[in-house]
Parts: sequence; structure tokens; C-alpha cells
Amino acid sequence: MAENLLNTALHQKHIALGATNVSFCGWDMPVQYDSIIKEHGYCRQEAALFDTSHMGEFFFEGDVRSSGINEATTVNIDILAVGKCKYGFLLNESGGVIDDLIIYRLAENKLMIIVNASGIENDYKTIASRLNSGSLKDNSLEFSKIDIQGPKSKEILQSYFNDINLDDMGFFSFKETKIFDEYCLLSRTGYTGEIGFEIYVYNDMANKVWDALVKDGAKPAGLGARDALRLEMGYSLYGNDLTEDISPLEANLAMFVNLKRDFIGRNALLKQKEEGVKRLLIPFKTSSRRSARKDFVVMQNNEKIGFVTSGGFSPILGVGVGLAMVDVAKFDENKEFELSDERSSIKASKATLPFIKKG
Amino acid sequence: MKKFNEEHEWVSLDGDIATIGVSKYAVNQLGDITFVELPEIGDEVSAGDSVVFVESVKAASDVYSPLSGSVEEVNEALLDTPEILNEDPNANWILKIKITAKEEFDSLMDEASYEEYIKTL
Repeated sequence: MAENLLNTALHQKHIALGATNVSFCGWDMPVQYDSIIKEHGYCRQEAALFDTSHMGEFFFEGDVRSSGINEATTVNIDILAVGKCKYGFLLNESGGVIDDLIIYRLAENKLMIIVNASGIENDYKTIASRLNSGSLKDNSLEFSKIDIQGPKSKEILQSYFNDINLDDMGFFSFKETKIFDEYCLLSRTGYTGEIGFEIYVYNDMANKVWDALVKDGAKPAGLGARDALRLEMGYSLYGNDLTEDISPLEANLAMFVNLKRDFIGRNALLKQKEEGVKRLLIPFKTSSRRSARKDFVVMQNNEKIGFVTSGGFSPILGVGVGLAMVDVAKFDENKEFELSDERSSIKASKATLPFIKKG
Repeated sequence: MKKFNEEHEWVSLDGDIATIGVSKYAVNQLGDITFVELPEIGDEVSAGDSVVFVESVKAASDVYSPLSGSVEEVNEALLDTPEILNEDPNANWILKIKITAKEEFDSLMDEASYEEYIKTL
């Protein structure tokens, strides 16, 4: 192997399960075990288990108000209750997204910050450079992250947590607790649109937790299924739908940003808001089983008006779905358009999110 | 008897009618197939031409005709249920062509040679 890839603590499990692995942000990760569509179905109908240990975990200790951490990202930690977490962005001065992240308020003066694998090094440097006090640690390589997602995830998981009623855990809440008598952070979050939990444990517990949940009926699913699941919900993927050149306003994620408070990148966003965004990420559906992929060109009235940032087949809808960045002045949202590469031209129209309605 | 080309298509011949599909190996590489674009009946094809286009959850790929001839029949079941290629790629054919050069068939790999070939990939 040419690249020196990192392995998660569950690497041998993936090999034993016959996974097809891919290099993903420096990690050797399972893209599928058997079939992406089957694994997608496990999550929508039962409970799927994902190894997402490649993601990064930072820990901050210090004063939220005076350290600079509250202005380092778009997340207003100051109003975040202990036991809750919130989604937001690490922005550059131009308002472009360096990474998207989730911040957990572990205690008054203690936070966990979850970032994408691709961003670990740069995010750490960037956040650290924005602090004037407090300590920031990157503990990414010590933690494993196992996601259980799907309608049966609660019943499978409940028996491991006698002290917690999982029904009482609201979306974007978490508990620091124990599993098999060892530390565990149990988070009621996910990237699939299904009810689910993300379990953070130290690496030496990963195999024990994984095996137990598989034995109880959770079915391993790879990053391929995870991508299909998030796409059906229209969730952004960093590197595709969010980049350093795309602002949260352009990505149609303004609801996650409070422009009334100060944070780095705010001025650029205020200007964008005042002038109106020139381009916008829109959800699309194809009119057939065909899927447009990243970098397909959006053509309307014989003119190039944008590009696809994410695209794929929705197993639930039986059509292609995705997100495309379009020129606001040129785009007619009531009119069909084509998504093209050298080989294909696929008819599509604007859709609304989520592509599939849950519950 | 099935024969194979290096692009992972299989062919069986009955008189001058060749039935063409894709190999198990190809299907495993593609993953779940979600769309198949079929040619028109009567289309003239030369060996090596792209004749079918396949999309999977992971990727998109051309299928190259192993033989020259004209398209005689297409498997229309693939339009609504392309997943049958994943379920049984050896039984579920994609198209049939009326061939014009039998020697092209003779020069393809037999199953044993094809099995050896994919070991080298």
C-alpha cells in the first residue's frame, strides 16, 4: 500500500466481515461490507452500526466567555446547557467553512469538540490560535466512535445503560456514563435521519462494545451507506457541500448561525447577508434512476449555472438525489435543468429537504 | 460455453446470436447497480465499442461490446430492476447481438483463462 493509512481500533472486525475498504482522509475505512443498499436498509428499518472512529475529538478546558473559544466558531457555547451539544462551523475570515463540527458542553468550563477526520490537524491549529487562555487537547487517536442508528437502536442499547432512560434523552443531548464499567459518552445524535446514538469510548473498549451490539442485532454498515443516508436527509458533507470557499449562508445553513453575536467570520457573513448570496446550495431530484455525481455541471437554458456538490441514488425514492451550488441570478427554480458530465446529461428538478420524510 | 473479455463481459453464442452480460467480478467491483442504459435494437456495434452504461451506488461504468454486430434484443427488465445483475450476473444477460465475425468470439478467454486473468488484477 502506497499510503500510510491509519486503522481504527475496529480494523480487524472490518476485515473479518469482508469489508471493501477505502482510503478516507488518511484512514483505511470500510465503505461497504456486503451491499450499500442493504446496509442503508438496515439503518432505515432496523439498526445499523457504523465505525466512525476516524473523526476527531478535541477537549477544551477554560472559561467559555473570556478564553476566545466562544468566538472561535459559530456555536454560542455560552447559552449551551451542560449535557447538550450543538452543530456549527469553524469559519475563516471570509466566512468560508474550515470545518463543520459539534460542540459538547461537558461542564461549565469543559467542552468536547467533534471535527471531521480531514480537519483534525488544521482545525486544532486554527482553534488553538483563536484562544487567549484555557487548554485545548487533541485526543482523537485515543477515542473510538461507534454510531448505532435506526428505529431499533434504542431497544438494543437500553440494556447497557441501567441508570439512563434513553426515551428521556432529547435530540442533541448526551450523557457521560459507563458501559461495561468503563467511560462512555453517549450522544443522542447522528448523520442518518434515524433515531440513533453515537457512542464515544476509549479504543480498548471499542471491540467489546461493537461485538455486544452486533450480538444484540445491530448490523454493520459502511461509509457508503452512511453517505446514502445523509444524502437522503440533505445533510452536508464537508469537502463536498462545505468547503473553505463556501459559506454557511451559501450552503443554505443560515439556521445554524446566529449573526447577532460575535464570532470569527461574522463580518463576512453579515456582508453576504446584506448583499444577498450570489449562489446557493439547492437540493435536487433526478427524474429517473440516474444519479448525478459531484462536479457534474448544472445546465439551464443552455447555460452553465452551477455544479453538483454531492449526488447519488436514493434507495428509498428510487431516483437520484443530491445538492448543487447554483447561480442565484440565473437559476429558475420552477424549471427543469440538466446535470451533465462528458458522458451523461440527466434531467433534474429542485426538491425540498429532507428528500424523505421521517416519522 | 461462456467466454470473457478483459473488460469483464461474458458472452455465450447460439448460432450467430451472442448473449452478453457482465461477470461476477465486475458486479462486485461496481457494487449495487442502480441504472442500466440500454442500446436501441438495430444499433451497429464494433468489438470494443461502449454499448451499455451502468450506474451503481458507488460509480458509473461503460460496458464494452466484446463482439461486432447489430443489437438484436435488450433485457428490458434491467430498466426497472437493475439489481438483478447483482443478484445473478451469470443468468441475467444485458443484450443480444447478431454477430458478423465469429473469429472475434474464438479469440476471447474461456472461463478458466478468465479466472486466471482476474487473479492478476
